[in-house]
Amino acid sequence: MSHDLDPRTGLRETLPIVFSYFGICFAIGVIAQTNGFSLWLVLLLSLFVYAGSVQFIIIGMLASHTPILAIFGAAFLVNARIILMSLTVAPHFEEPKLWKNILMGSLLTDETFALAMNKANYTGSKLTFRWFYPAEVPPYLMMICASFAGAWLGRYIPNPESLGLDFAIIAMFIGLVYLQINADRTIDRRLQLLLVGLVLLFIYFGMIFIPANLLILVVTLVGCPLGVVLKHVFF
Amino acid sequence: MSSFEYTLITIIGCGLITWLSRVLPFILLKKMTLSPAVREFLSFVPIVIMSALWFSNLFTQDLGHLPQLNLENCLASVPTLISAIISKNLLVIVTVGIVSLALIRLI
Repeated sequence: MSHDLDPRTGLRETLPIVFSYFGICFAIGVIAQTNGFSLWLVLLLSLFVYAGSVQFIIIGMLASHTPILAIFGAAFLVNARIILMSLTVAPHFEEPKLWKNILMGSLLTDETFALAMNKANYTGSKLTFRWFYPAEVPPYLMMICASFAGAWLGRYIPNPESLGLDFAIIAMFIGLVYLQINADRTIDRRLQLLLVGLVLLFIYFGMIFIPANLLILVVTLVGCPLGVVLKHVFF
Repeated sequence: MSSFEYTLITIIGCGLITWLSRVLPFILLKKMTLSPAVREFLSFVPIVIMSALWFSNLFTQDLGHLPQLNLENCLASVPTLISAIISKNLLVIVTVGIVSLALIRLI
């Protein structure tokens, strides 16, 4: 990752995200189609709901005839972690124009958030619209195209899983966790490693009681204050 | 209400919820600043969320019981992590990850 904050750098640095969205969004298209979504509904779904986890919830809950308010509630709970991410990344931009803030916020995802926070480690914690927006648009376009392609071509592919594409997103988080620990100088490296270990334990035991989608939010709400306490007591 | 309308309303409603969760913090933080305590809390968000997203994929959930190891994803994580340490390049890491899982499924 470079120190530059120009549009070209943004386009280049977002390539891994674009690449990894192909697999997951193609899969969403296939799943939507097999659950009775028409091509146009899949297109609407990806245009309006730019969040893979929320799309999965909509498809799954509509298929099981869940009441609409329950679907909204689930969508809100899954999005709650994005509120935390948005709060975390927004102060790095000193962007005076409201519409630019709205544009950037609209296309924030787990992955573009993680990219931006990694980038902040290399730029003295400053981020710009010129860099970030060009990094956000290609993944959005890829999501729309890939889910449309998935809904269209899905029926001809016997076993899309065998290609290993669904691992792309996980691989990216592995890379981002490593790069984050490697580059973030504001938190002691041993503390970061300790926290990662604790998160592993929380996820493992939390899975007994809490549905995985919600668990990520719960672990974040427990892990962050724990990090603050550990930092003040031991580091 | 037809099932098409029902689906449409669900999509639009969830879209609005999704959009507002991302955009409101950007708008609000233009008007106000966060206290140092909140900022310190938020400084831990990246590492905690990123590792939580990774680890939640290493297990298969079975509510009421301990989760099972997702062996495929665990095994594929090893070469992926090694490639991260060696290359420090996301595109390389993603490629190694996909190829690793495809090979594991082939065997």
